[in-house]
Amino acid sequence: MSMATTLRLRRNPASKAPARAPWEESPTAVGQAGKGVVLFVVIAAVLVPLWVVVLTSLSTTGAIGRAGGLVIWPDGLTLDAYRQMLTNSQVTRALVVSLLVTVIGTLVSMVVSVLCAYGLSRSRSMGHRIILLVLILTMFVSGGLIPTYLVVTGLGGYGQYWALILPSAVSVFNILVLRSFYASTSAELIDAAKMDGAGDWRTLWSVVLPTSKAVTAVITLFYAVGYWNSFFNVMLYMPVDSAKWPLQYVLLEYVNQGMNMPGSVNNGYGTGHAQTAPLSLQMAVVVLTLVPILMVYPFMQKHFRTGVLTGAVKG
Amino acid sequence: MAATLATKPDATKRRRVRRKTAEDGTRPVSAKLSWRIRWRRDRSLILMTLPAVVLLLVFNYAPLFGLVTAFQYYDPLVGVWHSSWAGLDQFRMLFQDPLFWGALRNTLFLSLVQLVLFFPIPVVLALLLNTVMNERLRNFVQSVVYLPHFFSWVLTITIFQQMIGGAGILNQFLRQHSIGTWDFMTNPHTFALLITSQAVWKEAGWGIIVFLAALAAIDTNLYEASAVDGAGRWRRMWHITLPGLRGVIVLMLVLRLGNALTVGFEQFLIQRNAVGHSAADVLDTFSFYYGIATNNYSYGAAAGLFKSVISLLLILGANKLAHAFGEDGLYRK
Repeated sequence: MSMATTLRLRRNPASKAPARAPWEESPTAVGQAGKGVVLFVVIAAVLVPLWVVVLTSLSTTGAIGRAGGLVIWPDGLTLDAYRQMLTNSQVTRALVVSLLVTVIGTLVSMVVSVLCAYGLSRSRSMGHRIILLVLILTMFVSGGLIPTYLVVTGLGGYGQYWALILPSAVSVFNILVLRSFYASTSAELIDAAKMDGAGDWRTLWSVVLPTSKAVTAVITLFYAVGYWNSFFNVMLYMPVDSAKWPLQYVLLEYVNQGMNMPGSVNNGYGTGHAQTAPLSLQMAVVVLTLVPILMVYPFMQKHFRTGVLTGAVKG
Repeated sequence: MAATLATKPDATKRRRVRRKTAEDGTRPVSAKLSWRIRWRRDRSLILMTLPAVVLLLVFNYAPLFGLVTAFQYYDPLVGVWHSSWAGLDQFRMLFQDPLFWGALRNTLFLSLVQLVLFFPIPVVLALLLNTVMNERLRNFVQSVVYLPHFFSWVLTITIFQQMIGGAGILNQFLRQHSIGTWDFMTNPHTFALLITSQAVWKEAGWGIIVFLAALAAIDTNLYEASAVDGAGRWRRMWHITLPGLRGVIVLMLVLRLGNALTVGFEQFLIQRNAVGHSAADVLDTFSFYYGIATNNYSYGAAAGLFKSVISLLLILGANKLAHAFGEDGLYRK
């Protein structure tokens, strides 16, 4: 049973130039207009909500009052919500937790995955078929939620940060993607390194990794986004202790489920007349969870195809 | 460019590489070497895989053993080893539980709705985008539609709440114009549509990557030849583009079918309070709410095992189906 990890979606060289071929009909006005409308609607569906959220987080109480809630047109701008958010210990602590879990988790995942992928990438190496089978089987059978929960809590993971990292540290899919890249690293290069006396560790570090930067970047992003976005394992392993919550869980409890955020009302900031409506603070938290993703997104975007297509499709 | 990175060395090159490694002796054919020599040569490679293997053994394989709790009256105080055996009692209870059947019905219904309403969208979008000649516009659209894939479900649902929820922008508008309000977020009757539209918003854009790549792999000479033979753009789409997408579409359908019992766990967890359990309980959340949240672990594990077994059968069945269509599916025959 060999995984169909190769969709073989090679870009046909002839189709690379996007210019209209001479034999092609010129586009009809109706077709162009229809296309334009659809694309406009699609783009608006993504961007308008983001615009509204960001704008509301930047709006004054007055603007929010006049709009009757969320703000669509800029009316009065202020950074108050952000000031309030950054003095809110619940949010700042959650931000630190999220960043730490994301950074450490990604590091762990990457080290483990890169090593494993390289270890499996040399054809005809001893035992690699069996190890590969051990990996791939996990994609087909799983113990499910409760047995996993029992194992993690049985190991003392309840309320521990490692429970947010280790159980999901290995993505077999990501390893397979990396592996197929490493396997295609030119054998000549690797032989040359071997001739120069490099062992497997050295080869991985000095030859294979530098020649596969793009895929490493994409997989790092996939892992990092996974850690940054995860909230269910918080719900499982540390639902009670709000001091340990990462940002997504704070967002869930205080914004989505509408619990009162400690310190958001009576933090001594806006006594007398409220300076900032809670809505703008809520939207500021939403923006805060968005920011890291928006920050790395532009750098990663052009590599997405790599990660998605190499391992074919997540299964 | 990303496109070139995604390409794999073509078949001829790969064959050459493989033959070369066999000839020059770095990784010779296994039969030639004793395991002792191979061990000395490859032990660092095996060592490298160890961390991942250990993590998988602990967090993926040990839970498989933990499935025995489904056949026990598991008591956390005495652990798996000393809990008393229940035989098939948990399953008997499960199959008599109307809540379980409700969850199963919801799962299948939502899966079907998603298949019908979600699945075609990435294909259509990819076809549309493929006809956009302006490279910059194309790239811009792609970067925008891929973005929500990287948002968490908490974030996505919060955004939906702000758009079409009770205090959201839609109802804000309706209220101001005295039209009356409609809260999509708490209405159990339209919950399937809500879930699907959230999934579309978050993932449909990301889904087009695969189809775009498949479209780019179609030989343009075919289009030219058929155009010369007098085929218009719709006939070319029907006779060349769609057959060119067939393999990918079948693969995606197989994956969807294999995951039919997985309909979006986190979405339901987050929104269960808002729409009520009778609409939002699915098989995955059933294990959580009636297993972990109530300390009734064995019961939840039984529900989980039921789901795992059916899912595995679905995956294998879906692959059989793909093979019957002459496609590869998830793995080859």
